[in-house]
Amino acid sequence: MTEQTMQAAAAVKKRTKIAWKELLMKLVFILAAILFVAAVLTICIFIFAQAVPAVAEIGFFKFLFGSVWAPNNDVPSYGIATMIVGSCYITAGALIIGVPIGLLTAVFMARYCPRPLYRVMKPMTNILAGIPSIVYGYFGVCVMVPFIRRTFGGTGSSILTASVILGIMILPTIISVSENALRAVPKSYYEGALALGATKERAIIFTEVPAAKSGIMTSIILGLGRVIGETMAVVMIAGNQTAFPSSILDGVRTMTANIVLELGYATGLHRGALIATAAVLFVFILIITILVSLIRKKAK
Amino acid sequence: MEKENAVLGRKTLPPQEETDVSKIVPINRQSFSDKLRAYMKKPFSFVVMILVMIAAAITVGAVLWVLIYTLARGIPSLKPELFAWEYTRKNLSMLPAIINTLFIAALALVISVPIGVFAAIFMVEYAKSTNVFVKIVRMAAETLAGIPSIVYGIFGMIFFVEVCGWGTSMLSGALTMTLMILPVIMRTTEESLKAVPDTFREGSYALGAGKLRTIFVIILPSAMSGIISGIILGLGRVVGETAALIYTAGTSAYAAGGLFSEGRTLAIHMYILSINGLYEEEAWATAVVLIALVLVINGLAEFVGNKLKKEYN
Repeated sequence: MTEQTMQAAAAVKKRTKIAWKELLMKLVFILAAILFVAAVLTICIFIFAQAVPAVAEIGFFKFLFGSVWAPNNDVPSYGIATMIVGSCYITAGALIIGVPIGLLTAVFMARYCPRPLYRVMKPMTNILAGIPSIVYGYFGVCVMVPFIRRTFGGTGSSILTASVILGIMILPTIISVSENALRAVPKSYYEGALALGATKERAIIFTEVPAAKSGIMTSIILGLGRVIGETMAVVMIAGNQTAFPSSILDGVRTMTANIVLELGYATGLHRGALIATAAVLFVFILIITILVSLIRKKAK
Repeated sequence: MEKENAVLGRKTLPPQEETDVSKIVPINRQSFSDKLRAYMKKPFSFVVMILVMIAAAITVGAVLWVLIYTLARGIPSLKPELFAWEYTRKNLSMLPAIINTLFIAALALVISVPIGVFAAIFMVEYAKSTNVFVKIVRMAAETLAGIPSIVYGIFGMIFFVEVCGWGTSMLSGALTMTLMILPVIMRTTEESLKAVPDTFREGSYALGAGKLRTIFVIILPSAMSGIISGIILGLGRVVGETAALIYTAGTSAYAAGGLFSEGRTLAIHMYILSINGLYEEEAWATAVVLIALVLVINGLAEFVGNKLKKEYN
């Protein structure tokens, strides 16, 4: 072998070495992506592995539709119907308060807000998103609960209180996602409506909002997900009674509150029932995630 | 000139007088009273406009109400003994809780940043977006982002605390938080990688660099500010988290001695103070520190993120 071919061989060797490194790192990147899927699967498996036997022992219908939650009775009863209803009431209440205000604020931010004001308002809504839920909860306990008690009577810890606080909590989600959706509507829609003689408001409500429909729906569903999953704020202000409410001034217990209140001391089937509650919550969130992706697909 | 115009059939205009430009009233400008008059004729539009204004006012009012009330109650209660080194039943110091928070946050970031960034690199630089695997990973990331924190808490309790046998500890808490912030880091990294212009990649390849070298030497440094802003956002999420950490990191009020000892974070500290009922002042003071921490962290994230936008636009 001449010296030249030796050099060439060395160069080729070096090349293959680099290619090895490339391949190795590519594998590492793929592994990192696989970890995401693995994480979701592990969470699913470990929660359902403990939830399914518990639900089987209690009875599927007794668990989902039973209205008595009495884990400490001599004959314990594990029905989470009151909590599912509680979660639904509070979610509906928060959406009724949060969605109109959030949506109209998004319209304001996208179409009315002068630039200097926008520079102040945008960070403000971001601040709202950054406040930890425990602080919202404590604010609710110290301000909202006494206020509701004085104004409407009752104990103050009620569906109404929780709805107001959670309605404020979802505002930033709804505002920012809807605002982006409104801004993404082509300017020509607005101009066309104006040219046809519509006022600014008519143009926004009847052409731009329908055009941004899918983004607005996404924002509402994201807000819904946040309310259903909210724990600390709800525990502190919703009253936590395990009974069907008869008015919006009654307290309710949500599924999340049930878990955080009792997980600390629960054992045996009681613990299984709590984990099953988490599984129900997980299924709710899965449905929501699928809904969001369906809406996105449709929008494309 | 005049003759020429006449031949061509044009009219000659008399020489125009100088007009005073300042007296011209632009017809496309509406004064306030014009607008009001127009609105009076269109009651629907007027009502919508008023509703929009009211909604914006309510939003601003809600922010100011929560923020100012918390600051007004909390700042007067901030006393130096709340920041004493050792927690005692008397001083209720929050410093150990702050240390625990930083410990858990640092640990969670050390684990989740490489995984999140690497996964994002795979999604943007290697995989085609039509790939089925990419869709599955994206779906998984979206699911992870949507899972409520209490479900993470239960999973952490079952898996890290019991199955792995680490007990309620810093490590269990940090790993639970890792799962929570992974999707945040991946999404922001993905977005900033996509923002790096393709010419950077082409230039690098043209100079003979391999794919790996291009990624680590050219693309990652260019996308750094976006990645950092994602990391800081994740940090903010850890600081504000309560429900996922109560049953994984524990509620001991003392600074954790190591990976396997338990300790409460600042948010849990506030929860425990607030359900007690006796420590209202201390709870508000903790709330102020918590809000200040989260706001500084989020502000930092936005500042760093905006820097990225400026670089390429």
